[in-house]
Amino acid sequence: MSDLFSAGFANLPDYLGQHVLLSVSAILLGLAISLPLAIAAYRLAWLRGPSLAIASVVQTIPGLALLALFYPLLIIISAFTTDTFGFGFRALGFLPALLALTLYSMLPVLRNTITGLTGLDPAIIRAARATGMTPWQSLTMVELPLAAPIIMAGIRTAAVWVIGTATLSTPIGQTSLGNYIFTGLQTENWVLVLFGCISAALLALVIDRLLALAEDGFAKRTGWRLWSAFGGIVIIVGISLFPLFGHAGETITIGTKSFDEQYILGSLMQDRLRAAGFATARRDGLGSTVAFHALTNGDIDVYVDYSGTIWANEMKRIDQPGRVAVMAQMTAYLQKKYGVLALGSLGFENAYAIAMRRAHADQLHINTLADLAAHAGNMTIGGDYEIFSRPEWRAVTKAYGFHFAKQRQYQSDFMYRAVASGDVDAITAFSSDGRIAQYDLKLLPDPKSALPPYDAVVLISAKHAHDAKLIAALKPLIGTIDLKTMQQANLMVDRQKDKRSPEQTADWLAAKIRR
Amino acid sequence: MIQLENLTKQFGAGAPVVRSVSLRVADGEFLVLIGESGSGKTTTLNMINRLTEPTSGRVLIDGEDARAGDAVSVRRKMGFVFQEVGLFPHMTVSENIGITPRLLGWTADEIEVRVHELLALVQLESAAIVNRFPAQLSGGQRQRVGLARALAARPKIMLMDEPFGALDALIRDELAADYRAIHDKLGLTTILVTHDMTEAFLLADRIAVMRDGELLQVATPKELAAAPTGDFVKRLIEIPRQRAEKLAKAMQSA
Repeated sequence: MSDLFSAGFANLPDYLGQHVLLSVSAILLGLAISLPLAIAAYRLAWLRGPSLAIASVVQTIPGLALLALFYPLLIIISAFTTDTFGFGFRALGFLPALLALTLYSMLPVLRNTITGLTGLDPAIIRAARATGMTPWQSLTMVELPLAAPIIMAGIRTAAVWVIGTATLSTPIGQTSLGNYIFTGLQTENWVLVLFGCISAALLALVIDRLLALAEDGFAKRTGWRLWSAFGGIVIIVGISLFPLFGHAGETITIGTKSFDEQYILGSLMQDRLRAAGFATARRDGLGSTVAFHALTNGDIDVYVDYSGTIWANEMKRIDQPGRVAVMAQMTAYLQKKYGVLALGSLGFENAYAIAMRRAHADQLHINTLADLAAHAGNMTIGGDYEIFSRPEWRAVTKAYGFHFAKQRQYQSDFMYRAVASGDVDAITAFSSDGRIAQYDLKLLPDPKSALPPYDAVVLISAKHAHDAKLIAALKPLIGTIDLKTMQQANLMVDRQKDKRSPEQTADWLAAKIRR
Repeated sequence: MIQLENLTKQFGAGAPVVRSVSLRVADGEFLVLIGESGSGKTTTLNMINRLTEPTSGRVLIDGEDARAGDAVSVRRKMGFVFQEVGLFPHMTVSENIGITPRLLGWTADEIEVRVHELLALVQLESAAIVNRFPAQLSGGQRQRVGLARALAARPKIMLMDEPFGALDALIRDELAADYRAIHDKLGLTTILVTHDMTEAFLLADRIAVMRDGELLQVATPKELAAAPTGDFVKRLIEIPRQRAEKLAKAMQSA
C-alpha cells in the first residue's frame, strides 16, 4: 500500500506540472477568445444567441469525446499544412487537449460576461455617456469593472471544469493527473485512481478558493483580496511548472496502449533508456490505432505493438503465412512505408484468443474454436472495446461461422471477471494475460489459423530508426521475455493480493531478464 | 446661446416624439421645459448633448452645429444631471466628481483642488465625504454629488432632467434653491426638464410648455400666468394657483 503511494508521489511533479500547464493555457486561451466575444455580443445583440448556442452545444459533448475528436481533426489539418505550407504539427498530446479544453472553458465565461454586462443599471450607462466617456472608456472604466464579480464567477466555473476535464486528456497522449486514474483503472489499482482523483480535486479546490477570493475582491473593491488571490495563483502555477523546466535536451517519448502489459513494458523500456542517459516522457493509455498513428506521426518515439494487429489493421492482410513470415513481411512493410524500425520480438505473443471457464468448456465438450461454433447461438460473448470492430474478429467469425446470441463490451479487466462469474460464456482474451491462469480459463485453439500471430514487437519511429544509442539501449530486450514470464508479470499487477505497480513489476522483470 | 431649429425625433416607424421644435435659450438664462410624461421634453433635452441624435433639424451652440464635431467632446462641455443621478457605484465621491476632468486630461492635483471647490459649492462637508462610495450617501447627498460631477469641468451649459424629482419635499426645495443660486453665481445657461409647474414657476426665467412632442408656448412665468395660449397651458398654470388657494384655506381653518 505505502509502496503504491510512493509510486504515486514519484510521478506527481511531472503529472501535476503537465496538468497545470495544460489547464492554465486552456483557461487563458479560452479567456482570450470568450471575453472579446462576449463583449462583442453585448454590443451587438444579434451575436448573443449564436455564440451562446454554439458554446452550449460544445458543453453537451462529453469531455472525453471532445478531446478524442480533436486528434483526427488535427491529423487532417496537419496533413494539409504539410502539403501546402511544408510544416506539420503534433496531432497528439498537448495541442488537441489544449483546443478541446479551451472550447470547454468558453460557455461559463461567455454566459456570465454577457449576463453581467446586460444586467447593468441603465442609469449608470447613461451617466457614463453623459459625462463624456467614449464607448471604450465606458466599457473599461464603468461597465467591465461593475460586471467584474459576475465575470469572475464565470471564470471560476470554467477553471474548475477545465481542471477536472483535463484528467481526460491522458488517452489522447497528454500527461495529466488523469494518468493516475487511467493507469489505476487498467491495473485495478484503486489506490492510484483515488490518488489521481484527490490530487485533481485538491488542485481544483485550491484554484476555486483563490478565484472566489478574487471575485470577492472585485465585489467589495478590496485590493488586498485581489492581490493575494492572483499572487496565490501565480505561486501555485509557478511551483507546479518548475519541474517541467528541469531537463534539457531531446526527450524520447514512450507510448503505451491502455492495458497492464503495456504499462509494464513501457516502464521497462523507460528504465533502460534513462540508464542510457536519455530524457524520457510517457504517453500512456493510447488507443490501439492512435498509438500507431502517433508513432508514424512522430508524436511518440517508441512503443510495443503486436505483429497481428499491424498485419490485420494496418496492412489489411487476412492470409496467415505463419509467425515468421508475418514478422518478416511486417518489418519490411513498416520500413518501406513509414521508415519505422521494427526492432524485433520481445519473445512472447499476446494473441487474441477465445477463452471460457474450463469447467464450462469441458461440460460442453468444447476443445477448439471449431467446437464452439455449434454452441455460439446460445452464448453471450464478451470482448474489449475494439475487438468486435477489428478485421481479426470478422476473419474468425467467418472462418468458423460464429453467430453469438449477444455481444457485450467491457473494459478489459472486467471482461475476465464477467466470464469467471458466468455473466458471459466466452471472452476474447489476451493470451499473455495473467488472469487466464488466475481464473482457470481455457484458451480455445484455432485449428483453421483464422487469427494471426501476435508477437510483441518493439517499434521505433522513423526519426530514431538510425539512432544507434537508442537501439543499443533497447536491443538487449529482444527475445528475452517468454510467455510464462509475461503472464506472471501481468498477474503481479492484476491481482488484488500483494499487488504491484507497473513500475515495480518492470524492475522485477528487468532483474529476471538479467539472470 | 443654444438654438434648436425644427428639431424632430422619430424612433423607428412610430409617431414622432418630438415635432419640429424651435427654441432659443440666451446665455445665462434659466429655461424650464415642462410637460406631462410622453410630451417629448426629455428627448428634446437629450438631443442637445447628443445622447439622442435628431431625425431632422439641428442644435446650434453659440452658432455652431452640435453635430459638426464629435459627440463626446460636445458632452464634455455640458453638465448633465438626471433624476436617477447615476453615480458610478465602484468609484468614490471624489472619483465620481473628477471623472470628466480626468477624461479631459487634467492632472491629479488640479482634479483634487476642483473636487474640494465643488463640494463646498454644493454645500457638502468634503472631509467627511470624499472617500465614501455612493451607497454610503443619503439621497440628497447623492444628488448634490451628481450636481458637483456635472459642474466639474466648468461647463457653460447645464442640462437637468427632473433632477430633484426623487427627493423628499424639504430637501428638494432646498436643493432647488441652492442650484438656482449656483446658476446665478456661475453665470450658467440651464435647461431644466420637469413636470412640476410649481418648481417651474419658482426657478425659471422662462418656461417652455411641451405637449405631444410640440412646443405650445415659451414665456416668462409672469407672461404665462397673464396670457396662457390654449386650454392646456391654462389648465397647467392653474394647478399651482389652485393648490396655493386650497392650502391657504386649509391652514386658516386649522
